[in-house]
Amino acid sequence: MTAVTSERTATGKRGDQPPVPDGAVTVTVRVQRFNPETDSEPRWESFGVPALPTDRVLNLLHYVKWYLDGTLTFRRSCAHGICGSDAMQINGVNRLACKVLVKDLLAGGGKHTTITVAPIKGLPVNKDLLVDMEPFMEAFRAVKPFLITYGNEPTRERIQSAADRERFDDTTKCILCACCTTSCPVFWNEGSYFGPAAIVNAHRFIFDSRDEGAEERLDILNDAEGVWRCRTTFNCTDACPRGIQVTKAIQEVKRALLFRR
Amino acid sequence: MQFHKYDVVIVGAGGAGMRAALAAATEAGHAPRTAVLTKLYPTRSHTGAAQGGMCAALANVEEDNWEWHTFDTIKGGDYLVDQDAAEVMAKEAIDAVLDLEKMGLPFNRTPEGRIDQRRFGGHTRNHGEAAVRRACYAADRTGHMILQTLYQNCVKHGIEFYNEFYVLDICLTETESGPVCTGAVAYELATGEIHVFQAKAVVFATGGFGKVFKTTSNAHTLTGDGMGIIFRKGLPLEDMEFYQFHPTGLAGLGILLTEGARGEGAILRNASGERFMERYAPTIKDLAPRDIVARSMALEVLEGRGAGPNKDYVLLDCTHLGAEVLETKLPDITEFARTYLAVDPVKEPVPVYPTAHYAMGGIPTNIHGEVLRDNDNVVPGLYAAGECACVSVHGANRLGTNSLLDINVFGRRAGLAAARYAANHELLDLPETPSAVVESQLALVLSEHGKERVADIRTELQATMDANASVYRTEETLKQALHDVQALKDRYVHISVQDKGKRFNTDLLEAVELGFLLELAEVLVVGALERKESRGGHAREDYPNRDDTNFMRHSMFYKQGDGLKGDIRLDYKPVTFTRYQPMERKY
Repeated sequence: MTAVTSERTATGKRGDQPPVPDGAVTVTVRVQRFNPETDSEPRWESFGVPALPTDRVLNLLHYVKWYLDGTLTFRRSCAHGICGSDAMQINGVNRLACKVLVKDLLAGGGKHTTITVAPIKGLPVNKDLLVDMEPFMEAFRAVKPFLITYGNEPTRERIQSAADRERFDDTTKCILCACCTTSCPVFWNEGSYFGPAAIVNAHRFIFDSRDEGAEERLDILNDAEGVWRCRTTFNCTDACPRGIQVTKAIQEVKRALLFRR
Repeated sequence: MQFHKYDVVIVGAGGAGMRAALAAATEAGHAPRTAVLTKLYPTRSHTGAAQGGMCAALANVEEDNWEWHTFDTIKGGDYLVDQDAAEVMAKEAIDAVLDLEKMGLPFNRTPEGRIDQRRFGGHTRNHGEAAVRRACYAADRTGHMILQTLYQNCVKHGIEFYNEFYVLDICLTETESGPVCTGAVAYELATGEIHVFQAKAVVFATGGFGKVFKTTSNAHTLTGDGMGIIFRKGLPLEDMEFYQFHPTGLAGLGILLTEGARGEGAILRNASGERFMERYAPTIKDLAPRDIVARSMALEVLEGRGAGPNKDYVLLDCTHLGAEVLETKLPDITEFARTYLAVDPVKEPVPVYPTAHYAMGGIPTNIHGEVLRDNDNVVPGLYAAGECACVSVHGANRLGTNSLLDINVFGRRAGLAAARYAANHELLDLPETPSAVVESQLALVLSEHGKERVADIRTELQATMDANASVYRTEETLKQALHDVQALKDRYVHISVQDKGKRFNTDLLEAVELGFLLELAEVLVVGALERKESRGGHAREDYPNRDDTNFMRHSMFYKQGDGLKGDIRLDYKPVTFTRYQPMERKY
């Protein structure tokens, strides 16, 4: 990524601002901007935004887009942490913009608050906070993230004990937001590494008692770009908005590889 | 401009769209060339936000059968349900759940290792005797698991996706026997390029339009694009006045808290702690259908028994369920309450109020997913399924879990029907200049012709819809809403878009979406004004009773004239009855 050199405070707006709600404080939202149509390199731009403590960072980005600068570009959909669209770096940490509340970012002692927002790292930036997800999805697809079974299907459901179901529960929660993978220093340096999210999704099937494809997946993950790249920095676990024990899952896959025969 | 040719084009990659794609790819007996177009990325669709479960009479934990499920669906829909369709859905529900399990969906399990089932609103044993455990579930993440499982299987079968392709029009070719669907026109968000997809069959699975309301459980992207496109083509929309308000949205935010919480035993209380649902639905209480619970909550607040400093919400009490049930069976909603309201459901009741949730109406189809162009005829080659469609299995009020069922049963049916149609038909010529409508529409939005902000118009639209067209409606409030929406349409002509670029122009996207929202809001309000009765999710204070003599019929809305200002013509379609005669709806 090119170094960000330019820094400016936005002055433009799209007409009058809506009324400021009671209890709002003005915070500075400092956003990394980049539009390859017009910019040769990324730049920082700051916006003054009235914010309630209960606002999500997503609300602030919407305020900028709707009332200050319509060209600000980011993805979002569900706005409550389920769809995984709005992963971004918020004050240097990978988060979903719809799951971080302003009150958790406010500076102490009545000091002015600046919230810094940048795209997740390690994926090509398409425009502002919006990155190319294709390399990430490619790694996901490469680990055969689907139930593999052989022989005839039963008439009814497959039987699975509650304990067997519980065994892989944690990794079923993944929403493919890429917070984990793009917080991983190995992924930053070697984009060819499958990354934590792909391994989490492999784990979800490797430890599913109904699945018969564990060997195939373990062979894939034993590859040069596979689990052995993991340096156990726990960035992924810290970043996961779903609370998945990502590093633990990766370790379990490593162990399965070591002890599989 | 780019051209593509496919056998089947599916618009939308939520549950219905992906289920349709899988049916076309794996069940049709041949493999049609299929493309899925989605304005998001796969797995971002709002199916993933569904929580509580998917009903099917598996009878894994207690006696049940699909006939009871059919009856509950029809009664729940206040008898506006087409009964043949409800029967198909309840029957095929069992295989729909089993198919998902075989695809890998991690359902919660019984001690015997079978798919576990929980109670849900309006689902009863033996025609209303008591609540029955019919909802198959995966914690409170059932929709997430369905969406992920379907996408996983799309990966498995190599389904081709066009991500962030925003479909803005369909191609209808006129023939001697009427219009035939021959393709779809999409705007590629990454490049601003127009793509024409010529196809033998097109399946619409574009979801709902909850963003006409301010307080909603719906995603920002649920702007009714598919319904809007169909309506602008002069094709009908059905039963648009019926909009569901889910009882338990997080107060002030609208974020969904599953009915499964009440299925697990949670209780709604007013400010004095009273379990008020005992007064409104003595038999099944908190597990009455959503329309009844939402109205009861609104009444509690209107009559001064609301909780909180402004007495404007009620309380969902989960405290007696215990930390273990909450953490294992309802983990996500527990986290939502903690994150967004700083309330811990383990220790204190959660402030809730009804939130705009689901469109019962939509693009009329028959039970094969074929889209109707009037009461009797279909548009060959055009299919719809899921929330954008109206089969009608939900009638005037959808039961909880029946939407996840709908997308699987009718998504599959639409995909199969489209694939079979494609196998027996040739590609027809596209109409002349198929992209002309989209190009002029986008050029108009991008041109300099005013100073109106999209956000202002949208905010005012949502405010008037919340105030005047939500849980309770009257002639007066609806006339106000109609007046407001029409005034906003006038202003929409003068909107200004700041981003004029080609690349990921989401400013432009929001402007186009607003056009659909305005159009659909007007249809909803016109339908609500004309339906002078109360039925299911449509409650008129000035006409508090159901009127089967005059209104036991579906509404059919047609757009007349061009442009955003065209008139709405209202027609009617009879309800299909098989074995259930309308009765008074008591729970």
